[in-house]
Amino acid sequence: MRLATTANEAYTASLAVSELLGCKRCGGGRGQDEELGIRIPRPLGHGPSRFIPEKEILQVGSEDAQMHTVFADSFAALGRLDNITLVMVFHPQYLESFLKTQHYLLQMDGPLPLHYRHYIGIMAAARHQCSYLVNLHVNDFLHVGGDPKWLNGLENAPQKLQNLGELNKVLAHRPWLITKEHIEGLLKAEEHSWSLAELVHAVVLLTHYHSLASFTFGCGISPEIHCDGGHTFRPPSVSNYCICDITNGNHSVDETQVNSAGNVSVSDSFFEVEALMEKMRQLQECRDEEEASQEEMASRFEIEKRESMFVFSSDDEEVTPARDVSRHFEDTSYGYKDFSRHGMHVPTFRVQDYCWEDHGYSLVNRLYPDVGQLIDEKFHIAYNLTYNTMAMHKDVDTSMLRRAIWNYIHCMFGIRYDDYDYGEINQLLDRSFKVYIKTVVCTPEKVTKRMYDSFWRQFKHSEKVHVNLLLIEARMQAELLYALRAITRYMT
Amino acid sequence: AMEKMSRVTTALGGSALTGRTMHCHLDAPANAISVCRDAAQVVVAGRSIFKIYAIEDEQFVEKLNLRVGRKPSLNLSCADVVWHQMDENLLATAATNGVVVTWNLGRPSRNKQDQLFTEHKRTVNKVCFHPTEAHVLLSGSQDGFMKCFDLRRKDSVSTFSGEAPEAGRADGEVLWVCHRPPDVFPESTKKVGLEVSTPPSRPPRLGRRQACDSSPQSLQGLPPWLLSLLEPLTFSPHGPPPAGQSESVRDVQFSIRDYFTFASTFENGNVQLWDIRRPDRCERMFTAHNGPVFCCDWHPEDRGWLATGGRDKMVKVWDMTTHRAKEVHCVQTIASVARVKWRPECRHHLATCSMMVDHNIYVWDVRRPFVPAAMFEEHRDVTTGIAWRHPHDPSFLLSGSKDSTLCQHLFRDASQPVERANPEGLCYGLFGDLAFAAKESLVATESGRKPYAGDRRHPIFFKRKLDPAEPFVGLASSALSVFEIEPGSGSMSWFVDTAERYALAGRPLAELCDHNAKVARELGRNQVAQTWTMLRIIYCSPGLASATSLNHSVGKGSSCGVPLMNSFNLKDMAPGLGSETRLDRSKGDTRSDTVLLDSSATLITNEDNEETEGSDVPADYLLGDVEGEEEELYLLDPEHAHPEEPEYVLPQEAFPLRHEIVDTPPGPEHLQDKADSPHVSGSEADAASLAPVDSSFSLISIPHALYDTRLPPDFFSALVCDMLRFYAEQGDVQMAVSVLIVLGERVRKDIDEQTQEHWYASYIDLLQRFCLWNVSNQVVKLSTSRAISCLNQASTTLHVNCSHCKRPMSSRGWVCDRCHRCASMCAVCHHVVKGLFVWCQGCSHGGHLQHIMKWLEGSSHCPAGCGHLCEYS
Repeated sequence: MRLATTANEAYTASLAVSELLGCKRCGGGRGQDEELGIRIPRPLGHGPSRFIPEKEILQVGSEDAQMHTVFADSFAALGRLDNITLVMVFHPQYLESFLKTQHYLLQMDGPLPLHYRHYIGIMAAARHQCSYLVNLHVNDFLHVGGDPKWLNGLENAPQKLQNLGELNKVLAHRPWLITKEHIEGLLKAEEHSWSLAELVHAVVLLTHYHSLASFTFGCGISPEIHCDGGHTFRPPSVSNYCICDITNGNHSVDETQVNSAGNVSVSDSFFEVEALMEKMRQLQECRDEEEASQEEMASRFEIEKRESMFVFSSDDEEVTPARDVSRHFEDTSYGYKDFSRHGMHVPTFRVQDYCWEDHGYSLVNRLYPDVGQLIDEKFHIAYNLTYNTMAMHKDVDTSMLRRAIWNYIHCMFGIRYDDYDYGEINQLLDRSFKVYIKTVVCTPEKVTKRMYDSFWRQFKHSEKVHVNLLLIEARMQAELLYALRAITRYMT
Repeated sequence: AMEKMSRVTTALGGSALTGRTMHCHLDAPANAISVCRDAAQVVVAGRSIFKIYAIEDEQFVEKLNLRVGRKPSLNLSCADVVWHQMDENLLATAATNGVVVTWNLGRPSRNKQDQLFTEHKRTVNKVCFHPTEAHVLLSGSQDGFMKCFDLRRKDSVSTFSGEAPEAGRADGEVLWVCHRPPDVFPESTKKVGLEVSTPPSRPPRLGRRQACDSSPQSLQGLPPWLLSLLEPLTFSPHGPPPAGQSESVRDVQFSIRDYFTFASTFENGNVQLWDIRRPDRCERMFTAHNGPVFCCDWHPEDRGWLATGGRDKMVKVWDMTTHRAKEVHCVQTIASVARVKWRPECRHHLATCSMMVDHNIYVWDVRRPFVPAAMFEEHRDVTTGIAWRHPHDPSFLLSGSKDSTLCQHLFRDASQPVERANPEGLCYGLFGDLAFAAKESLVATESGRKPYAGDRRHPIFFKRKLDPAEPFVGLASSALSVFEIEPGSGSMSWFVDTAERYALAGRPLAELCDHNAKVARELGRNQVAQTWTMLRIIYCSPGLASATSLNHSVGKGSSCGVPLMNSFNLKDMAPGLGSETRLDRSKGDTRSDTVLLDSSATLITNEDNEETEGSDVPADYLLGDVEGEEEELYLLDPEHAHPEEPEYVLPQEAFPLRHEIVDTPPGPEHLQDKADSPHVSGSEADAASLAPVDSSFSLISIPHALYDTRLPPDFFSALVCDMLRFYAEQGDVQMAVSVLIVLGERVRKDIDEQTQEHWYASYIDLLQRFCLWNVSNQVVKLSTSRAISCLNQASTTLHVNCSHCKRPMSSRGWVCDRCHRCASMCAVCHHVVKGLFVWCQGCSHGGHLQHIMKWLEGSSHCPAGCGHLCEYS
């Protein structure tokens, strides 16, 4: 593997985990520990994210009073301050809503027992081979009294949870294929039946963790260091993963490459921002003047939808799924990638006929009270969040850009807004950005630092995290829309 | 009804509507419907349908398909449709892509499309014609803007932004209300354009909207108020604020009575009231719902009433005439409210439908918000559009649905939930009676219960006046059942007696227990009495033992540990006897104790224990016996026995006690099983013999060492705690607290503070309700819980008034600040009394306690010399 020799010294610290466990793929040297014969877990030295330099991220202790209470609440609820929280704190307003929702989903009143909730979280995160989330929830699962046997694979879990596997799979990769038959199959399975309320709870959890997996990869969240007693904290079966599993072997070399590449293209990227601003200005103006014909508008959506299927990173290499996580789901070949190559057809979902605000909300709130409200709030905050800045520019109205990102993600899922001109997407989102969005949303496990660095080069890290928030919320809403529509159809 | 019919007939101009409940299938789901003013045609619009149907007596007949052209256009994907109430040829639709289209049925060509307004950037949710003005159309869109169009012009005349004028001004606050007479209007509009201001925080827009050039020649024929609007608006320097900043508009409705007024509802729960002449800011704004307000409707008659429906499943009726919008009615539905329409000719009725989950249409009487007055259940999917067929006919309702049907509902065919809704209720009476009302059929199925005929004891004095808002009467009836408490059984005298007579402290534990047991027994509370006795045995047995003769059965056990059956007290006869054990056991029906001890199979039969034999308690567990002391024989009524209750207790008597084991018996049925087993010896009446116990049956196996050392009371503390909890849960918190106090440190540590506090608080509360102040105070005093004992420390201040000026003495208790005199002088030493002051109630002279005491020892007269013969006791 590429990283072993060149970057070994600089990253010895970072390889602590793989050293301990002797990862064969990256060949991480096992050196100093052998002398003592003691395995000492060590901090990775990267901070909460591998993509964002530690110094850019808010240090715990320097937060303001309001953030402090958010941190304190989070710590009290989870017993930790995880790296996701530390990265999301770039956007405190969102973080607060996010933590509130997550806390409610996992710990407050709900139709599902606690260990089921964490197990569903594990199932969902495992779909994207997100060892980070899997590890967290394996701990939580055991902590709330879950049966360790279940962790040996979905087939060891109760039939009821096994039945959910299919929905999990479809929801994660091709949500448009969810039909009311899926729902019926879950609700009418004799003694293994789900109740409607349980199902809605499960669906919300699945979508939450699918998109959280996107965030984890999209922002390069570092694995948690369970400082004291790390070994005991981490169940032996999942613990022998290696950092290269998460980054697919790209995590170290890229940094140096991109750094050098970044130096060359500083002036280019400066113009990138300018060009983007200019385009937004143009679009704003010509929107009033020239109107595309109806046919044109319709075809623009179709084009964008079809193209989004082929947008993929050129260095898209075959990656075998991480072994240990993969046992949580049976069908590893079922992913987004497979059918995109075969150019499948995604049917169009008209948001004007079934939207979150009017329909989804009511259904969720009816079956799982208060959660509709919480998710609704989170969507609103994510969608409307703005600081009116773009890179070095201030006082910019970014609503057009944010809407383009949101609608582009929905477009990938075949969700169409009648009142949106999909031509705007092409104007505003360049290829590298689309690659990033596409990868984060559809195959998050393939996100690399190079992808992260190569889009929007002049933008701040906080802005890139902001983009990620849009991505995960849009993805969650898209999955929810399909699942809830199927439930609605089942009910009518 | 006849009267109403005649009114309708006159309102319809002599031609009453006829028809029946019917439906017709559409090709596609409908999003909205609207009725022509002739009440004979209805237009249905949806994503892929736009048709006009004629309403005939027996059926709907398709009259016109407005979707023409080869390619489906999004302009035809309708979110809303409205038919002008003045002009039968004029329709408007709102398209999901943000286009507002008008249609002129008078056009000769097949395509009736008239005008296309593409000003909105997002989906248009609602279009609305002015009720009296022929050319004025209003639209509300997802982009947060409302636009007013004059159909003779190509552009909108004015734009209203739903953005809150200033942050933090929402939430029911009236921004300002303008009552301007229309005649001064032109002058005020001059200011309009100049007053437009943007909040300072808003970022500048990327592009500036070009001012539309209005050519004067196109202005002829406009109403004067519209004309006056045009000029200021064209030089508006800012244009609309950027999209995404403002909240989406969900509904717009012109007021039926106020020519200039319209209401708009928003996704954030706000409702705004606008003057059509003032696009710069709304007249008033208030928060009506939690979450989006999907719809609103002005009352057709009552000028001030506006009904709004929201995602929060509520319909609210607002009185807008007052200074601050006032909620006058609120109806809670079971699903989000998508449409609301006042029912013609019925002042308090409105129809609603939902956009999710619930497919029915309801007609509510807003004064009876819990049960709908009528319900239409025809649709199989959510209803998307409702319309009353004629503005003066309350009996015909039209509806369109996602299930692709168009329906006409007749009010007389509606199902009335009231018919099935019988009153139900459950209530406790003052004296513990329980009454409930339920469906007759439900009650009837339960045997032996008769409907309540009325209260025999208390005649009904009050008869309420019938009120239209009252729950419906007489349609569905319920049976009322009352469970009466037998007179006296609800009495709490035992509680009072117990509280007053219990001894909680001040004596040795054994005496306290005995005393309390006696009290309980005298009150007929045998179980409690027994508990006290047991406590005494557990915690203070050895010292009290003295020799007595025994007449109980004796079993000789094997030399090693005896497996215990069930539970009972196990005692050594005497130290010298060593392994001699005694087991007493009496089974329900048997009058004698027969116990088979162990594998050595010694059968001991206690022949006719006299005390037991003579007792009139049917089944008793006799555990010990007594010599002479009748009251020490305690019997346990099995009906009151509780599994958690130790049932086998051996009262410690004259013999030295070495071991007491109190344990939970496995329960009576277990005994029964054994008794029925083949091991039962011949005569059931005489003896029940039990098979030798196997080890699995034993609960406790006592090691040999047990016989040498006494079990410490700690051994039982868990059990005692369980017992206390049991009493507390049974509602007898008195017992729990009393035992807690009596036992003190012995059990306190095993019960958590909070529970103790809770018990104390409950008991004190009960005592105070029974005015048992002294007992309550004693309990407070004896409690060790800090939270409880501080109750005694609260409000202990005694306020005194000055004896001269009668004013309260605020700073110190002995000097009056006003008259600067010392209030309480000692009659003996003539100094100020600062501590305890004692005074005679007869002459009101007094002084230091010590001094007075001393004085009165020697003299019986008042020390002040007033001549009164004071007494001190």
